[in-house]
Amino acid sequence: MNFGLRPLGGEKLWVLLLLGPTLLGLVLGAFGSIFATLGLSFFRWDLLTTPEWVGFDNYLGLAGDRMFLRSLSNTLIFSLLYVPLTIVCAMAVALLLNRRIHGVGLFRTLYFLPVISSPTAVGLLWTWIFAQDHGVLNAMLGGIGIPPVRWLGPNMALYSVVVVNVWGAIGEGMIIFLAGLQAIPREQYEAAHIDGANAIQRLFYVTLPAMAPSLFFQAVLSTIHAFQAFDYIYILTRVGNGNSSVPTLVFSIYRNGFRFFRMGDATAQAIVLTAIIFLFTLVYFRIQRRWEVPA
Amino acid sequence: MIRIEPAPWESRWPDRLAMLVLLLGAIAMVGPFIWMLSTSLKLPEDQYAGGLIPPTLSFENYSKIFEIMPFQTLLWNSIKIALISTFGQLLTCSMAAFVFAIVKFPGRHALFVLLLVTLMVPQQITAIPQFILFKWLGLYGTQAPLYLPSFLGGAFGVFLMRQYFLTIPIELAEAARIDGASLMTIYWKIYLPLAKPALAAFAIFAFLFSWNDLFTALIYLPSDLDKTTLPVGLALFQVQFAGKWTIMMAAVLVSVAPIMVAFFIAQKHFIEGVALSGLK
Repeated sequence: MNFGLRPLGGEKLWVLLLLGPTLLGLVLGAFGSIFATLGLSFFRWDLLTTPEWVGFDNYLGLAGDRMFLRSLSNTLIFSLLYVPLTIVCAMAVALLLNRRIHGVGLFRTLYFLPVISSPTAVGLLWTWIFAQDHGVLNAMLGGIGIPPVRWLGPNMALYSVVVVNVWGAIGEGMIIFLAGLQAIPREQYEAAHIDGANAIQRLFYVTLPAMAPSLFFQAVLSTIHAFQAFDYIYILTRVGNGNSSVPTLVFSIYRNGFRFFRMGDATAQAIVLTAIIFLFTLVYFRIQRRWEVPA
Repeated sequence: MIRIEPAPWESRWPDRLAMLVLLLGAIAMVGPFIWMLSTSLKLPEDQYAGGLIPPTLSFENYSKIFEIMPFQTLLWNSIKIALISTFGQLLTCSMAAFVFAIVKFPGRHALFVLLLVTLMVPQQITAIPQFILFKWLGLYGTQAPLYLPSFLGGAFGVFLMRQYFLTIPIELAEAARIDGASLMTIYWKIYLPLAKPALAAFAIFAFLFSWNDLFTALIYLPSDLDKTTLPVGLALFQVQFAGKWTIMMAAVLVSVAPIMVAFFIAQKHFIEGVALSGLK
């Protein structure tokens, strides 16, 4: 980054002014918050009384907190299902659309609709579809003789929530993959064909390697989304007393921090969540470096 | 979209199969919305009857949702907060992006990387200290916490706008410089007008982000129907009208309709925005 204009004399102040809001956002928002959250995680505080220093007690307490352990395992299972499913589905749709068929534009529009729709509103719509009695899904299954399923009951809710989240995310990945697919030069396919590669070999030796950067980008993004998923889970799984039948880490942070004002527990959990996201991102970057083909 | 010419070695039948799979997928994508529309047009007593076609076509659910809940207030709150947030994001992100794209200053690269790292910091990390700060400022229970943070830039917007600014030839700025234009003039009179497509795409993102944000509104305005936004209103609706599906689907439709209409009108910008954010 050596291009560009040098600010003249008094313009330095303008530069600072232009950058000002973003710098303040960095200090107050991201970085200040990490330190503040980390600091708070060593206290017990309900926002009303004086904070009480408890050292690592909040973290140690998490190890024996069954609600937290459940939300941790739910979050991990959710992410392990959501990320690959979203990427595979989005890639499949993009590959299918990248052919000489009619109505590509219309399909693109239809697949993109869930992406722009409010998850709260659409979450409500899915509670109706999943309804145990008279829900349209059970009605359709009933038509082929399958007994009603409790889609949002304790056994199925996690998977139902994954399905809705994937449904809402396919369109976004599809657009990014489609842009990547259209940038692959046609000559590469012709060369592969002349070398005797069949359709499946062309997919694995031409298309997917060329798509590696988009795939990587999408994997990182989906993982970050997965760990932060909240809206659909809140609407689809909440039960009385502000609880959820499938609590995730974010749900647990929300509940502890903003419903019970247990700031110490909530911040300790937020730190754990951030650590997990950083760890996963690090792993992705490691994998990417290993796979990177020297150009 | 580029149309790909058939190559001689490719047979046509995979295309027909592709079409079939795409059609099935499209039904899964759009089906729920059609079901929503159908339910919302049924009489409450018909909610379990008639399948996809309402036995008696009725619009009474739509007038009812405005009677039983201050729906117009919720709509207006959501629009207002989303517009203010969008303005804040467009202004502050484009300002910083301009500096990162064309102004030379020491530490530029390091600062930009630092900014990108914050993409990984989850919302929940900032939420708690922010909550304490806003409470201390006496802004808990007001709408300010929902739009004030939008005036502090953000990694995503700065990244997106900078990508676009970099495609504008630097010679343009250099020539203006020789003619005596200041950096502010170059930003306001040259870069911003040229970046209209990127601004439009980013505006859609910023608007949608605010419009759909349940988490923040739930924290700061969990129950005040005069001040809160549509998502919180819907969440309260869910509890209050549990099992009354016809009314609920009308409420859901009214809250997704504005965005859908905008999407059908300005589809190009929606899709360009996503593609722009995904490419390096």
